[in-house]
Amino acid sequence: MLKKRVIPILLYANGRLVKTARFDLDAARDVGDPVKSVAVYNSQLADEIVLLNIEREARGWRALAPLVESVAKVCFTPLTIGGGVVTFEDAAALISSGADKVVINSAAYQDKRLITQVAEHFGAQAVIVGIDVRRGEAGRPVLFSDCGMTIEPVDLDQHIRSVVAAGAGEILMQSIDRDGMMQGYDVDLLATASQIATVPTIGAGGSGTYDHLLRAFTEGGVAAVACASIFHFSDSNPLRAKAFLTNHGLHFKVV
Amino acid sequence: MIGVIDYGMGNLRSVANAFYENGLEVEVISEPDRLEDYSHLVLPGVGHFGKAVKNIDERGFRGPLAALAAAGRPMLGLCVGMQLLAEVGTEGGESRGLGLVAGRVTAIPPAPGKRIPHVGWNELNIQRDHPVFNGLKQGRDFYFVHSYQFDVADPDNLLGSTDYEGQVTAVVGRANVIGFQFHPEKSQVNGAKLLENFADWDGVC
Repeated sequence: MLKKRVIPILLYANGRLVKTARFDLDAARDVGDPVKSVAVYNSQLADEIVLLNIEREARGWRALAPLVESVAKVCFTPLTIGGGVVTFEDAAALISSGADKVVINSAAYQDKRLITQVAEHFGAQAVIVGIDVRRGEAGRPVLFSDCGMTIEPVDLDQHIRSVVAAGAGEILMQSIDRDGMMQGYDVDLLATASQIATVPTIGAGGSGTYDHLLRAFTEGGVAAVACASIFHFSDSNPLRAKAFLTNHGLHFKVV
Repeated sequence: MIGVIDYGMGNLRSVANAFYENGLEVEVISEPDRLEDYSHLVLPGVGHFGKAVKNIDERGFRGPLAALAAAGRPMLGLCVGMQLLAEVGTEGGESRGLGLVAGRVTAIPPAPGKRIPHVGWNELNIQRDHPVFNGLKQGRDFYFVHSYQFDVADPDNLLGSTDYEGQVTAVVGRANVIGFQFHPEKSQVNGAKLLENFADWDGVC
């Protein structure tokens, strides 16, 4: 049986890990050194690690490749890298630096061929499409690119279907409204995404308690939860999170 | 010395890191004529069967790999590198694998509600004893990411399987050749155990 996953999601800016609330980079808090943090999460048996560059200026593979090389040396669990992956060269350089998968977000709105190209070369499993959503009028999901700065005039349903058709191997579904608030995931959003997507969905944005993680799995129907604040700002770690969730009947890897 | 073969298919650095981190001597090899200098050969890989075959052929690895496999050199294929051990693969049109383990690589059969690729941690059910499994407990989880699977022609070559709405081949082996569908280099402590066992293995079952 395929196991559920608990994934620390780490945000990188100016050489450090930071944590935003509602994507506000200016008010982000410093939460540590990237390489040391990855080593710790690896030792806590994280099921995977996602590292996203959220700097507005330094983008693309050149901003990340040296970091990925250092991080990959201490990461013996799958490593997903994203933030400014807009060309095939970005994806290829990050994968050859040690990433197992890349996240494509903004570029997925402009040209689906990038997804297809990376999927054909490295396999569909190497491409995660990140989708950032704010709730708009009457709770309607509105999609945003460029770290939450640009509205994309496309339906969530249509976007998910088209990126999956183009070759996306997983969907990273992120609520901007819930980011860093520690009030729980947007469970309805996760349920919508995981019902539309025929590939696994990773839920992100809002983890504050173990109960939030449980609801993302049981009501949101996701294959994995991405967690940041809960690990940065509370006395929690992947081992304890999974112990709690296992007691509620979910299955995680046995080591 | 362990040689990790660079044929342009992805994550060889992760594989080399995992050996190195466990105190094993390892180098990345990109010249086919140097393969014989290594006691153990590893064929890593992420990606596409058709492309992998093309790269193996264009870079001249097919002949030396076949010769060293026949000579009893311990050889390990990982993920697509494991699938390459088969005779035929169907990803990207039919193409000829290395033919070191009899069988074909075909798409994981779809089913309603079954998500493909098969991504994530799934248990390894050991079917047959093998030196690389020394000290490994039954049913431990390893990290899988793949959309195609290895259908072995000879059931004796199926050393381990996993369950993903049906049996999926996880480990194949024949004589001095072994292959893991999952990624030991990304499977933390149990993955490290398998890599260490492979490095200790003399190629005799």
